[in-house]
Amino acid sequence: MNAIFGKLTLEAIPYDQVVTMAAVGLGGLAALAVAAAITWYGRWRWLWDEYLTSVDHKKIGIMYVVLGLVMLLRGFTDAIMMRIQQAISFGANPGYLPPHHYDQIFSAHGVIMIFFVAMPLVVGLMNIAVPLQIGARDVAFPFLNSLSFWLTFAGAILINASLVFGEFAKTGWAAYPPLSETSFSPDVGVDYYIWSLEISGIGTLLTGVNFLATILRMRAPGMKLMRMPIFTWTAFCTNVLIVAAFPILTVTLSLLALDRYVGTHFFTNDGGGEQMMYVNLFWAWGHPEVYILVLPAFGVFSEVVATFSGKPLFGYKSMVWATIAITFFSFVVWLHHFFTMGAGANVNAFFGIATMIIAIPTGVKMFNWLFTMFRGRVRFTVPMLWTLGFMITFTIGGMTGVLLAMPGADFVLHNSLFLIAHFHNTIIGGVVFGVFAGITYWFPKATGFRLYEPLGKAAFWCWIVGFYVAFMPLYVLGFMGMTRRLSHYDNPDWHPWLVVAAGGAGLIALGILFTILQIAYSIWKRDELRDLTGDPWNGRTLEWSTSSPPPAYNFAETPHVTELDAWARMKASGGGMFVPASPYGDIHMPSNTAAGLLIGILSIGLGFGLVWYIWWLAAVSALAMFAVLLHRLFEADIAFVIPAAEVKDLELRRLEAGAGQP
Amino acid sequence: MTIDLPEAHSVHAPQLPPASEHDTELTEKTVFGFWLYLMSDCVLFASLFAVYAVLGRNYAGGPTGRDIFDLSYVLAETAILLLSSVAYGFVTLAAHDDRRRTALRWLALTFALGLAFVAMEAYEFHHLVGEGAGPSRSAFLSAYFALVGTHGLHVASGLVWMAVMAVQLARDGLSATVHRRMALLGLFWHFLDIIWIVVFTEVYLTGVL
Repeated sequence: MNAIFGKLTLEAIPYDQVVTMAAVGLGGLAALAVAAAITWYGRWRWLWDEYLTSVDHKKIGIMYVVLGLVMLLRGFTDAIMMRIQQAISFGANPGYLPPHHYDQIFSAHGVIMIFFVAMPLVVGLMNIAVPLQIGARDVAFPFLNSLSFWLTFAGAILINASLVFGEFAKTGWAAYPPLSETSFSPDVGVDYYIWSLEISGIGTLLTGVNFLATILRMRAPGMKLMRMPIFTWTAFCTNVLIVAAFPILTVTLSLLALDRYVGTHFFTNDGGGEQMMYVNLFWAWGHPEVYILVLPAFGVFSEVVATFSGKPLFGYKSMVWATIAITFFSFVVWLHHFFTMGAGANVNAFFGIATMIIAIPTGVKMFNWLFTMFRGRVRFTVPMLWTLGFMITFTIGGMTGVLLAMPGADFVLHNSLFLIAHFHNTIIGGVVFGVFAGITYWFPKATGFRLYEPLGKAAFWCWIVGFYVAFMPLYVLGFMGMTRRLSHYDNPDWHPWLVVAAGGAGLIALGILFTILQIAYSIWKRDELRDLTGDPWNGRTLEWSTSSPPPAYNFAETPHVTELDAWARMKASGGGMFVPASPYGDIHMPSNTAAGLLIGILSIGLGFGLVWYIWWLAAVSALAMFAVLLHRLFEADIAFVIPAAEVKDLELRRLEAGAGQP
Repeated sequence: MTIDLPEAHSVHAPQLPPASEHDTELTEKTVFGFWLYLMSDCVLFASLFAVYAVLGRNYAGGPTGRDIFDLSYVLAETAILLLSSVAYGFVTLAAHDDRRRTALRWLALTFALGLAFVAMEAYEFHHLVGEGAGPSRSAFLSAYFALVGTHGLHVASGLVWMAVMAVQLARDGLSATVHRRMALLGLFWHFLDIIWIVVFTEVYLTGVL
């Protein structure tokens, strides 16, 4: 091993792998094109000031969403590669992907979709909406928020680095030992897995702390807990889950790292290690994680369905209690991920029943959404389409989940494609649809202009049809006995179903293409799609009471809340735009800082050094991170004041622009 | 140590504005946020305790707790850590009364006791590894080193934090920011005590008995 480059050699770069190199080349070209465009338009300064160093929750939210969408392209490329492989690698045909490459792809697909697509998108929506919904100026700890984002970003960069340098884990996204131990995975793949998730996991944990403090301490006067918008409620429960569950992931991955780096015996076959402890710990985090992702999606659907039905949400209180019940139960069901461990009938029965019980609060929610639409004036906008698609799709996914919750059935279906179909049914039908509904819904709030509708509808139809075509065959294949993660098979009965599934993935690809086109077209035509009122959908909650995009300070004067659906109430009693009652005052805002960005970049160095045993790089990065943090602690100038006159000026312009608009 | 000298206001100390509404709100928010962080840290330790509970008897033919733990040594360690917590209590009192020098002195004592704890633990680890009872000997020892070591790392980072606070205290006096950070450090330090009491009971006492 080399003192300067650790284990890293030129052979680590997979020149011989055409597919990988093509992906790297394309990715590199895309990055270059973006950089060139920014240079051409002279926007580097703007990017630095407005986004990279920003501590504004709205900007950070946008960056999360962009990160999530870019990583969706990567994660989906992995998905369609697997679908194509399984459609052709039948009988004598070995397919185009060798097994060791295929194994990396399914591992990377799972990790990326959960940690670097779903999480950033969900956290991004929380960032954009939560402070506005509760009438706050920002989150509780704006710098920490920026740091959280850059740590997540660092994890994403690290996982992409594994494409060029070395390889990724071949263990599946859960990296179960003993396969993930050094004896069976001696190369760097699992190390990339560990460090990218450790770094981004710490970012997520800080987000959890930040949003809990924000929601519990910064609500507008009068907004009692039972007057919070439902999305804020779901965000609150999600952050409770983050704070309670992510430390378990941190510990689990650290112990795996100790096994691999120090030679301890936590999960090894020898020395008294216990592999099933890893599986237990992993899912003690992993099951709450499922709800971390889907609860905010439920929140989005609740906002959307109330807004576009022109009615208050049906059964607000039951919705809140259902959310709380799900939060609690999500911690007592983890064992259903491994009924086959052999814990015994009583233990399995407990976890099976607990799992089925979760269907009850979820059912409550489903009926609440239905009754909200009942006798409402439903507008079939894009967010509403996603919501309707979700209600049908998620119900099916939920029912197959209850089926799997029966230990007896699970023994048959465990690790089969039935399981794959089930969780894609809930994650795509729940989280992905929810995120797309949320992005469409809050896009005008975050950017100031709406997304072009026809292309959004096209994207929706491609996604929903594509989803059914791609995943319904997997249910069938599960019953036919096909297990997950196969790079090759000999059973001729499976083949037609896998060809159909590949076609479905193609339709989803079209859906993604339409989404990209929609965003590009909407940016191009932004003047025609501009939202001058700040309330393009006739919304019910406080985020629609300020301009689109809101000024840095969100609200010139903190609104007073007397009831649920505060903004709908204000409109009903006083008409359109929100005008402050008292004279404008000076507003204190936190200053921009590059500290979060720097620590994020340095954590890439730390992770890379640890992956490749480049100890000096890891040490220098860690020390530099500490130095940046110290500098931040000794910095005096971390806030600035927007004078009252400027606030007044901005507000008057907003009222002027909005006047006369529908 | 407890005698209070009247403190002359340093020429370089910035004139402190009266604690504004903004500061109070920030302090309240930050202390609350720090509690939340401590709760997440609690989950972290809970996971490590669970791991120790599962693996604590997997000796793999290696030494058991009875063979390697020296209770009187650990008792001394415990006493030192608890005393450091008491000393930090006096830091808080002094800070509350705006007596900077007294606060600094108690902070120095807290630091010294904390350092002694970390040094004793490092020596214990060194000794164990030297005897062939390192973390890779058995699952029991892996879990032991991970749990006790994580606590030790927390204490060590508390020491670094203390050093930073000493500099800020000397430079800025008891400004609103310094006050707030001292309060957070106090929470952190006492929290580590509580964790240690559980470590002492679960790992050392039950290991030897």
